[in-house]
Amino acid sequence: MNDMSDGYVTADGRQIGGVIMEMKNITLRFGGVVAIKDISFDIRDGEIRAIIGPNGAGKSSMLNVISGFYIPTEGEVMFKGVKRGPMKPYQVARLGIARTFQNIALFDGMSVLDNIMTGRLTHMKSGLLAQAGWWWTGAAKEEDEHREKVEKIIDFLEIQNIRKTPVGRLPYGLKKRVELARALAAEPKLLLLDEPMAGMNVEEKEDMSRFILDVNDEFGTTIVLIEHDMGVVMDLSDRVVVMDYGKKIGDGTPDEVRNNQDVIDAYLGVAHD
Amino acid sequence: MADAVAKGQTSAQSIPALLARNVARYGGYPAYREKEFGIWQSWTWAQAAEEIRSMALGFLSLGVERGDHIAIIGRNRPMHYWSMVAAQMCGAVPVPLYQDAAAEEMAYVMEHCGARFVVCGDQEQVDKIVEIEDRIHAIKHVMYTDKRGMRKYDHSRMNALEDVQDEGRAGHQRYEAELDKRIAELTYDSTCVMLYTSGTTGKPKGVVLSNRNIIETAKASSEFDHLNHNDEVLAYLPMAWVGDFIFSIGQAMWAGFTVNCPESPETMMTDLREIGPTYFFAPPRVFENQLTSVMIRMEDAGKLKKKLFDRYMKVAREVGPDILDGKPVSFGQRLSYALGNLFIYGPLKNTLGFSRIRVGYTAGEAIGPEIFSFYRSLGINLKQLYGQTEASVFITQQPDGEVRADTVGVPSPGVEVKIGENGEVYYRSPGTFVEYYKNAESTASTKDPEGWVATGDAGFFEEDTGHLRIIDRAKDVGKMADGRLFAPKYVENKLKFYPSILEAVVFGAGRDRCTAFINIDLTAVGNWAERNNISYASYQELAGHPRVYEMIREHVEEVNANIAEDPMLSGCQVHRFLILHKELDADDGEMTRTRKVRRNVIGEKFADLIGALYDGRDEIYTETEVTYEDGRKGSIKATLKIADAKVVSAKTMAEAAE
Repeated sequence: MNDMSDGYVTADGRQIGGVIMEMKNITLRFGGVVAIKDISFDIRDGEIRAIIGPNGAGKSSMLNVISGFYIPTEGEVMFKGVKRGPMKPYQVARLGIARTFQNIALFDGMSVLDNIMTGRLTHMKSGLLAQAGWWWTGAAKEEDEHREKVEKIIDFLEIQNIRKTPVGRLPYGLKKRVELARALAAEPKLLLLDEPMAGMNVEEKEDMSRFILDVNDEFGTTIVLIEHDMGVVMDLSDRVVVMDYGKKIGDGTPDEVRNNQDVIDAYLGVAHD
Repeated sequence: MADAVAKGQTSAQSIPALLARNVARYGGYPAYREKEFGIWQSWTWAQAAEEIRSMALGFLSLGVERGDHIAIIGRNRPMHYWSMVAAQMCGAVPVPLYQDAAAEEMAYVMEHCGARFVVCGDQEQVDKIVEIEDRIHAIKHVMYTDKRGMRKYDHSRMNALEDVQDEGRAGHQRYEAELDKRIAELTYDSTCVMLYTSGTTGKPKGVVLSNRNIIETAKASSEFDHLNHNDEVLAYLPMAWVGDFIFSIGQAMWAGFTVNCPESPETMMTDLREIGPTYFFAPPRVFENQLTSVMIRMEDAGKLKKKLFDRYMKVAREVGPDILDGKPVSFGQRLSYALGNLFIYGPLKNTLGFSRIRVGYTAGEAIGPEIFSFYRSLGINLKQLYGQTEASVFITQQPDGEVRADTVGVPSPGVEVKIGENGEVYYRSPGTFVEYYKNAESTASTKDPEGWVATGDAGFFEEDTGHLRIIDRAKDVGKMADGRLFAPKYVENKLKFYPSILEAVVFGAGRDRCTAFINIDLTAVGNWAERNNISYASYQELAGHPRVYEMIREHVEEVNANIAEDPMLSGCQVHRFLILHKELDADDGEMTRTRKVRRNVIGEKFADLIGALYDGRDEIYTETEVTYEDGRKGSIKATLKIADAKVVSAKTMAEAAE
């Protein structure tokens, strides 16, 4: 990392590194609609960074800007100190950014294993021709190596029992976990999670929280997540950005954010007289 | 007995000695397998011995002393089995614990045995130990198998088990001599393992089993079923349970067969299919679930498949058990059984993972005769045994060719069994436990000076076959007014074998005849009602429906006819019954959390209903208090009908026989 000096130490004793991504005065307009208005914040190496806010606050748009899917109308996205221009999805993946979706986006007819294998795509070297050659070209050997990585993730997320099950047959909570597995298969530096616990019951939420913490701890992955469940957010994240109507109204540790008057107003509403 | 062993083929006096013997005999054969990362990893006897030895050396470097207790809490994994043998090598006593126990329960056991070392499967178990550590000062060092999530813990008194092994390997020159000395000190009477009984009555008790207990039992039972080093077992039952210790350590070490550990508890069924064990144990529940899933899938199968299945299952039911028992069967029937095997039984057994089973056992509770005969008719040699922790499992078991659903077999080799005056079963065997740890009082009350142990179960030997039949817990067995035997659980189990009956409570102690409460199974009966166009709005309405009563009456009468065949128990036939308007529930205190009926609570709570069963009324109005899930109380009012059921008198039986 170019800038380790300005890291910090979290409440539970983890060392957080320097800035890996910086959003500078981001504004995003769709025609006349302003989705994001002049927001700046940074993401540091190894931290769990949450973006919260009421419905329609612009959280998902923000995540899409981070992932490079949206190009901000104004402002700059700096990734590892370099200004990032427009990119194709595969270029984003090669940078080490992976994500999960608010509405599950898996291949329903394929098995869990195959779905996760697709996450290895950016790491596969053999092209179509080489894969057709299979044995002589070493594509089989390469697949074995990828399979080994995928099996480690399956073990990590405790989904051995559904390895061969078609994704379409799985309950919602498990699909979410498979999606996380696929994102992890890309071995990302930066993992973006769009509402990883939406629609889950308490037990599934607890499991997912544990996995997110473990991923961060075990692989040192930087995680940016959007979440509605305040309890989960406050427990999981190191720093929180709060958005409301496209504006940033708070930024800091969970405790700081919790006591921020603007945040309280945005969530509980203010009496107008 | 000990002399016979000394003169026999081996003089192995301990599990570590058997391990050394197996390395010499079967060195290159697989000893352990575990599925990890989607692949079956295996260790030969020689490799396993090296792993175990380095673990034992590592234990020595941590300061394990002779007589220390080492608690092992985790799922079935080779590492955990190895840690038990490594503990024995150091002269320490392995104490496997149930991994789903709460921290509180664990605290009691850990304090009782004074464990100084703990082997944990994963972070979850470590957390429990950390939670109770402050109260129990004995714990010196914690080891864990799965490193995941463990990085943030204070490692001053904690290590990965793998690192302990590496420590042992690195320091082997310092500890080799000491380890060899300790292994040589082990005798036939050294403690092999300590197992805590689940403690349904009072606090758990630590059952101390010696090398003699385990090895003698393993030897006798392995010979009984001709187990050898080519056999395969799947180790999936709790490690703290005596059965797993006997199968996966005792018999595995004695016979030298392969112990296969599943990838995770959830993958057990898949792993079972992949391994195809030749020797298999499961409680009745597992067989029941498998059968149910087969039947459900057959309901959804295509017409041709369904027809073939039905046709050949009929053949199997008729001749399958006889073929398995080697009884004479006509050529034509043999031919159609062979065809059935080709089309149905073979593929079905393959799907279930039972293709290679030579010997299968079930025990623990009564298995439904239909379920039992289903597996037997497919050609799976499923048998029953009867045992308990204090006996190192085996008390009685069924020899090949003498298998029936209603007995538990003949006394196992080397075991003496007698029936006490009150009908209680007593046994004496080389496998009989040494003592309850730090509990001389309980030891004395369970095991008399001559070595006879009371099982707490009532039973009798069948005169013609010499098979033991267990009827009930001894304390539940009573007498009726005229002195005939009253065994409620025996009757209740028979009733509960019907899918439509969820629970049954039979009354009759001190009375002239028996009566019963029946709880219908809402899923099964609801399903039946749907198919028969019976509409209902509530559980209560369904339970009171005349056609449901009619169906239950048929079941009760069948059970009566069945019981009547047994002269000793013929008094237990159910004369009158009623279907309860609510499900018996643990929240209302009517059942225990493990779903065992509490007779006295039910007797008090429903005294009015019992009264009506005996005073000849046809119906009774009642109000019952219920507790909702959130703790609120309410009451249900209902008018219950009381139905009569035909009984078969012993006299008509005798007439029929003439």
